[in-house]
Parts: sequence; C-alpha cells; structure tokens
Amino acid sequence: MAEDRPSTEERKPAARKDVIDVLKAIDRRIIFLLIALAVILPLIFHLVFSVRTSPIVQAIFDKVEALPPGSKVMVSFDYGPSTVPENQPMAEAVCRHILAKDLKLYMMAVWATGPPQVEVLATNVIERDFPSKAYGVDWINLGYKAGNQGLINAILLNLKGMYTTDVHGASIDGFEMMKDVQNLTDMSLIICIGSGFPGVREWVQFAGDPGRIPVAGGVTAVEAPLLYPYYPRQLLGLMGGLQGAAEYEAAVVKKYPQYKEHAEKAVKLMGPQTVAHLVIIAFVIIGNIAFFGERRRLTRAKKG
Amino acid sequence: MPPCRKDSGNHAILSRLSIPFSKVLFFRFVRLIRFVPVLIVILGLTISWSSFSAVCAAAGPASKPPTGTPSAGATPAKSAQSQLAAAEERTAPVGHDQGPSALPYVPAPPASPTEVKAIDSPSDHGESITVTWVMSHDDVPATGKVTGYAIMRCETPDGAFEQVSTAPAQSEEYLDTSVSEQVKYSYRVGAICGALVSLSSVAGPIVARQQWFDARVMNLLVIAIILVSAILWFVFQAGRGKKLFIRRISGIEAVEEAVGRATEMGKPILFIPGIQDMDNVQTVAGLTILASVGKLAAQYETKLEVPVSRSLVMSTARETLKQAYLSVGRPDLYSDDMAYYVTDEQFGYVAAVDGIMVREKPATCFYMGAFFAESLILAETGSSVGAIQIAGTAMPTQLPFFVAACDYTLIGEELFAASAYLSQDKRMIGSLKGQDVGKGIAMFFILFGSIVATVGSVSGNSSVAAFTDWLRNLFRLNF
Amino acid sequence: MLRVQIPLIITFIVGAALIVAVFVPHFPFYEANENFSVYFDLIAVFAFILGGGNLLKIHGDRIWKKGRDWKYSMVTVVGFLAMLIVGALKIGGPPGLTGDVSADGSWFGFMYDAIFVPLQSTMFSLLAFFVASASYRAFRAKTKEASMLLVAAFIILIGRTPLGHYMTGWLPPELQFLHVPNLSNWILSIPNMAGQRAIMIGIALGIISTSLKLILGIERSYLGGESK
Repeated sequence: MAEDRPSTEERKPAARKDVIDVLKAIDRRIIFLLIALAVILPLIFHLVFSVRTSPIVQAIFDKVEALPPGSKVMVSFDYGPSTVPENQPMAEAVCRHILAKDLKLYMMAVWATGPPQVEVLATNVIERDFPSKAYGVDWINLGYKAGNQGLINAILLNLKGMYTTDVHGASIDGFEMMKDVQNLTDMSLIICIGSGFPGVREWVQFAGDPGRIPVAGGVTAVEAPLLYPYYPRQLLGLMGGLQGAAEYEAAVVKKYPQYKEHAEKAVKLMGPQTVAHLVIIAFVIIGNIAFFGERRRLTRAKKG
Repeated sequence: MPPCRKDSGNHAILSRLSIPFSKVLFFRFVRLIRFVPVLIVILGLTISWSSFSAVCAAAGPASKPPTGTPSAGATPAKSAQSQLAAAEERTAPVGHDQGPSALPYVPAPPASPTEVKAIDSPSDHGESITVTWVMSHDDVPATGKVTGYAIMRCETPDGAFEQVSTAPAQSEEYLDTSVSEQVKYSYRVGAICGALVSLSSVAGPIVARQQWFDARVMNLLVIAIILVSAILWFVFQAGRGKKLFIRRISGIEAVEEAVGRATEMGKPILFIPGIQDMDNVQTVAGLTILASVGKLAAQYETKLEVPVSRSLVMSTARETLKQAYLSVGRPDLYSDDMAYYVTDEQFGYVAAVDGIMVREKPATCFYMGAFFAESLILAETGSSVGAIQIAGTAMPTQLPFFVAACDYTLIGEELFAASAYLSQDKRMIGSLKGQDVGKGIAMFFILFGSIVATVGSVSGNSSVAAFTDWLRNLFRLNF
Repeated sequence: MLRVQIPLIITFIVGAALIVAVFVPHFPFYEANENFSVYFDLIAVFAFILGGGNLLKIHGDRIWKKGRDWKYSMVTVVGFLAMLIVGALKIGGPPGLTGDVSADGSWFGFMYDAIFVPLQSTMFSLLAFFVASASYRAFRAKTKEASMLLVAAFIILIGRTPLGHYMTGWLPPELQFLHVPNLSNWILSIPNMAGQRAIMIGIALGIISTSLKLILGIERSYLGGESK
C-alpha cells in the first residue's frame, strides 16, 4: 500500500561512514578498556624501565645521606587512602633510607588518615627490612593531632606540650629518643609526604621558614607544580607523584642494593604509567586526525 | 536546539567586546604584537634555561644547615646540669700546676660569651624572650673548642639558674619560648667545651609582654589599606551612579541560556556548590550564584537539585533558595528537599552525584565552588549524559580539568565576580574595579622587579643586587 | 528583617575582629584568632546531626514510598546505620569513650580497611580513565594556542616517564636543554608556574573583595537577603 512505502526523503540511504567518522566518535568504553589494558598488561608481563634520579629528588637523597648517624628526622604522613599509590612508595623509600643510615625516625600526621599509613609502613618496611630497630629508640609513631597548621605552629615551639603520648597512649617521656627533643628545632630535617591541605606548603610556612629547619616534600603529581616556587630556597627537594617516588627508590637501591627486593614499588609501576601515557597520547593524535580530516572534508564540500 | 558550545579565537574574543573598538585597528595591532611574544619566548628560553640549570646544579648537593638555629643538625651537647656542676667545682684546668707526668692533661675552659642581653621578643603575644650574646673568643670553627652554648635561666636574680636549652656553636641568639607572662627572668649563657662550661654575667630581669602591634606584618597592613581603600572608593563611586565598564564573561552570560535549555528539555538542573564548608569563600561565592540560578529556575519553573557535601552548606543553600523563589513570587515551587545533604567524604559524595547524573540525566550542571580531585570525575560524567556544564573554581589545580571537560569555565576571580555580574548591582560591580587597582600594583612590581633582577643578574652590580634583595624583602611575610 | 540584620552585625564584628587579630597580637585578639576557628569546628560537628538527620529523612521517605531508585536509598541507609552503630558501640575494640574506634580487631577498623579504603581508591582511580576520555575529546589543535598546549602536553606526558630518558638521553651535553625530562621540568617550573601565579594573584584579590563585601554586608544573598 502506498502509505506503507517510505517517502522519497526517508528512502535516501544513510551517508556511508568513513574512517574519519569512526575516529571522530570512538566509544568512551573502548578508551576505558584500552587504558585498563595499558595498566594491567605491563603489570602481568613485568615491564620495568630503569629510572634516573632528577636533581630535585637527588637533593633530598643527598641531604639524608649527609646527616650523621643519630640525627633526628621528622616524617609527616599527611595523606589518605586515595593517594596511597603515589604517596606510600615515597614514604617507604624515604623511611627505608633514614633507617638504613641509622638516623632517628620520628613519624607523625596532621591528617587523621595518616596514622594507618604509618602502621602499613611499619609492617612493610621496618618489620621486614629493619627488625633490629627498636620502637622508642630508633623510631616512634607520635600519631595524629587536630589543628592543621596550628598544630605545626605549636610543635615548632613545644612538641612535648602537644604530644604527651605516642599513638598507642604511652607517655612520651618514657621513650629514650624523646628525651632530648623539646620542639621541632631539634630536628635535622622535616619531610612531609602530603596530598593537599595541610601539607608541604604549611610545613614550609609554619616550621621550615620560622624555625630555619630544612624541609623536603613528597606530593601527588597534580600538586607538585604548585610547590616548584619554593624550591630550592625554602624546600630543599621535592618528589612529585609516582615518578618522584620511583626516582627516590632508584637512588636508594643504587646506594643500598640489599633492599632492592622490596624497595622498588614505584619503579615497577612506572611501566604501566608509561604505557598509559602513550595510550593517552595515541588517542589525542587520533582525535586530532579526525578533527583535521573533518575540517578538510567540510572545506572540500564548500568548494564543491 | 541546545545553545552552542564554547568557541575560541580572536573573532570570538572580538565579538564579546562591548566597547566600540575599530576592528581594523585591532587586527593590525594583533598582527604586530604577534612577533613580540615569539622574540620574548626565544630570549626567555635562553635566559631562563641557563638560570634554571644553574639553580638545579647549585641545589643538587646537600646544603649545609643554617647557622644560628638552636640545636638543629648538631649533636646534642651533654646535659649542662652536670657541666655546670663540673664548672662550678673547677674553674681552672687540672694538671697544669702539677707535674705533667702525674695527672692527665685537661684543657683550659673556653672564654665565656660577652654582652649577653635578654629582651622581650617584639611583635608577639608575650610568649617569648630573645637572648643574644657575642660569641666566645674560643668559638672558632677550625679548633672546635666550643661545642655549643648552654642557656641558663632563673626566675629571680638571686635564684638558682637552670638550663632551659642549648644553642649550637657559632650562634648568637636564642628564642626562649617556655616563658610565662608577667614573670621576671634572668639569663646567663655558658660556652660549652666538653665537660667545662664558662658562664657569662647575668642579663635581666626581663618580663615577656604582649605587644599591641605586630611590626613584622607592616607591609601586609600597607597593602591591605591600599586595596581596601581602592575597593571602597569604587564601591562609593558606583553607588553615586558612576558608570563603570567591566568586560563580558561568556560563562556568566551562558547561565540564563543553560537554564533555558533545561526548561526546554524538561530535565532538571544540577548545582554543586563545591565540597568545602561555609568557612571557604569559594563556597559562599558559589551560593551567591545559586541565588541567581534559583531565581531563573523559579521563573522558568525548572526543577533544581542541590546535593551538598556539608550540613552547614545545606542550611545556607536552603535559605538562599527560599529567598530566591520568594523574590520572584514563586514560593509554592520551593521545597526544602531541593538542597539535601549527601556525605562529607569526598569520593562518597562524588559517587552519589555521579549516580544522580546517570539516573536523572540533568540538562544543565553547574559546578561553582572549591573542588579537588573529584572535579574531572564530575565533569566527565556530566559530559557523558549530554549536559551543558558551567564550572567555576578558584582551585588552580582543578582549573585545567574543568577547562578541558566543561563548556564554560569561570577561572579564579571570575567565580567571585559572577555574583556582581548576575545581580547587576552597581556597588558590587564597583568592587570589581577596586580589584583592578590591586592587579595594577601587582603588574607594576612584577615587571619592575623582573627588570631589576635581570639587570642585577646580568651586570653583576652589587648595588642593583642589594636593591633587588631589598625589593624582595619588601614583599616577604614574616609570620 | 532581623533575621538578616543580626547575622550581618555578627559577621561584621567577627570579621573585623579577626582582621585586626592578624596585626594585633595582644589579648583578646590573639585568643580570638585561635578560638573562633575552634568555635566553627564545634558548630560544624553539631551540624553533622542536621546532615545525618536529613540523609535519613530523604532516603527513608523514598524507601517508605518506594519512590524512584529506592533500592539505592536502602543501600545508603543500611551503610550509614551500620558504620554508625559499629563505630558508636566500638564493637570488637576497646570500649568506652576513650577507646580507639579503629583499634586492631574492631569491626569499624575492618569495615574501614575492607570496604571504605577500596571504594575510595576505586573512585580515585576513575580519574585515570576520565583523563584519557577528556583528553581525546578536548585536545584539538583548533588554534595556535591550542597547538602549543598540545605540544606541551605531549612533552610532559613523555617527560614524566622513563621513556623520556630513553628518547633523548643520547643528546650531547650542549643540547641537554632538549632532553625531554628537562623540557618537561622547565615547562612545569616556568611557563606553567607563571600562569598559575597570575591566576593565584587574581584569586587572592577576588577573595579580598568578596570577603570585604561579606563583612560590610554589601553581599548578603547567601543569608537569604537581597544584595544591598
């Protein structure tokens, strides 16, 4: 019947899709799948690249190396579970180096989610690689206190006034390594591993500058560019993201190869990061090929 | 038809200008100045790379800790209690008056520090006393005879001195922060050499007092007075009816058409006022924009949802919306459930909002406030459901994500300017002009300081270098 | 209009006092500076009750009326109540007000480590996928500026991986400035920082202006009043 037949307009065949149309509208799920493969496959096939340490990270390593045995180093765990993949490897690398040098390791947190990361570090690094290090003699976990930059300001002047006990509730005066510590100025170095506020900037502003204490930092890749202005006058070094963590691990393993087995978490993750970056670059190039192809097609259509 | 997405380029910029520019003159000007940035980039590349490399090379090896820092980096000296007791028992070296074969050699005690002074630390709230002295003559790095200085304190001039801390060798100042207000203290400083301590004369008594003005932030006060005066001046001028020009911002102009789009499509508007609390100015700025969006939504009878991350923000958002709906005569459309609490936790909140976007498919999404890592997750999910997205934040780390994923982005101060634009209130527009004074001052000093620093660095002239340091210290904050 | 006037008066007094506190370290300004931030935290803590109550009301209504997506609301309410009860009663851990809620063996600690942490990490990892899709969609060389942005993005993407060292590590010392990691660090440290600082200066001025408007009561729409 006539009314059942499609009209002339409706009978026109759909325009044939060419390569440009396909490249222009790649389904997001394909992108997600390829990114997932880019991360998973290098892990399965153990794709590992050698990492060289950049000067901004080497500065932290050299500072720790130069400290005489028995020097006090404060490490602040100012991050949460969401940035553990970036921050935890740098925290472990730094603490491993500090303990390998027989320095005194003081750990605290200005984030409430920091102390669990200290416990993880104690299991992964101290119990595994330094079983002879005694709690309260070589390392101590002071725990978390609220107050953000106010806390940093307070412990610069009077640490024992704020921290009367360690994280387990034991009196601070009962620990040998706390006996000659009055405040932050007794520290030879402060290292903040952070991912936001309060973080490295607050340590520089409220401890490093007023107390003239060397401060180094380890932050997520997104935050690192904001801290470059502080380097090198106010921040002696900075580890930025997984790359920074991998560079510090590479420096530690180079000097102390006996820790190679457990000390290369970030180095192993550089493989997936590299492949994922290449996939992103590939998609950007594909998108631009589609863009220029479409533009040329429109120009030809106008001329035609 | 949904409104056009963002465009860019000179033609687009020109079309947004509202002042009567000659297009020909503009394009000629642009063609000429195009070469200048290229030249500056090449010059800057060469100079900055050489200085950048020099800085990295200088910063590579570990820097020595600054001198004068109490106890930092130095091996702690033995307790001065025992040293003081030993010093009070023997003031002359044992062994020099006797036959050298009978007793072991004991070195002479070091010279004591001189000119010890104790003053109430300036510009504080009575929490410290500054002790200064002239170093012991024996405090020479080559010999290392003096290993540090013992800081002794007592609460009455005739009382017993007790050690409060030690200062490293080569230092001449100590800040005693363990003092109480209204208590008189006296000080002595002792040069430490092994078990021997040579004490100075008594300095004091001194009392720590609170000061009425913190002189360390004088520069901040001056800048604050200038800026506040400029803002108030322009607010006053605008209040008197003076017409002030402000440039157009495409993101703000798109607000009404974005609301209209949601109305046409019959889908809701989603407004996210950031994930920080009311103590963050960005959240307040976001809520002032919510007032304008609420009025439009009430006029067009469009559904508006405001999931929030903080309870106080929920209360404030409700008040804002209630007033907005009342002001356009549509209180019947308002419901308290428009603004509802989700969770304080960052990723829990973004998971909930993503779920709302995917299920309810809003036509328009506003992201106005402080955001962190969740910004891209929100923007990409909004893009996947086909919403038009207008974002505004003053978080520099999140701006690139919003610029890449959203249709319009209010960058930094544009977020704070939006309420003035949307309300068209003259006094609020006047405050925007006041900000320009601050920008002018900043631009002048950046340019002037860069030129002076470059000249000083290239010429090596010590006077210019000293002037550069003075200029840098002028803007240093000494909290 | 007292509902708007009284908060405005309080805002003015507290705002002015806290500004003065920056410059005057004497009593009572110094103490005011420290105490007011604590007062805000106290108010925010009490506001948790408000938020929690609202959450239960909204989702409870939806479950009761079997409204749209009520099953998701059920999950929300069950999760909320479970964590609240387990944490408040400190099940499995040291009891009492001073007991550590996340002590070893506590149910709260287990739920935090086994549920909350993986969920949070999962949400954060979405960024990796969304960065790729956003880059594919948004990075087009439409203009010269966009092309420069693309080139900079490529340099940084490659420079932040070991691949950058492999690609240009062979360059002689005179051409080390073309070494991709060095270029990447230069882009982040110089032009990127210049742009960020300019934005931060603008933001700081915007904050000053907005804060002044709030303190003086010129901006009052957030209180539910018309701007005056």
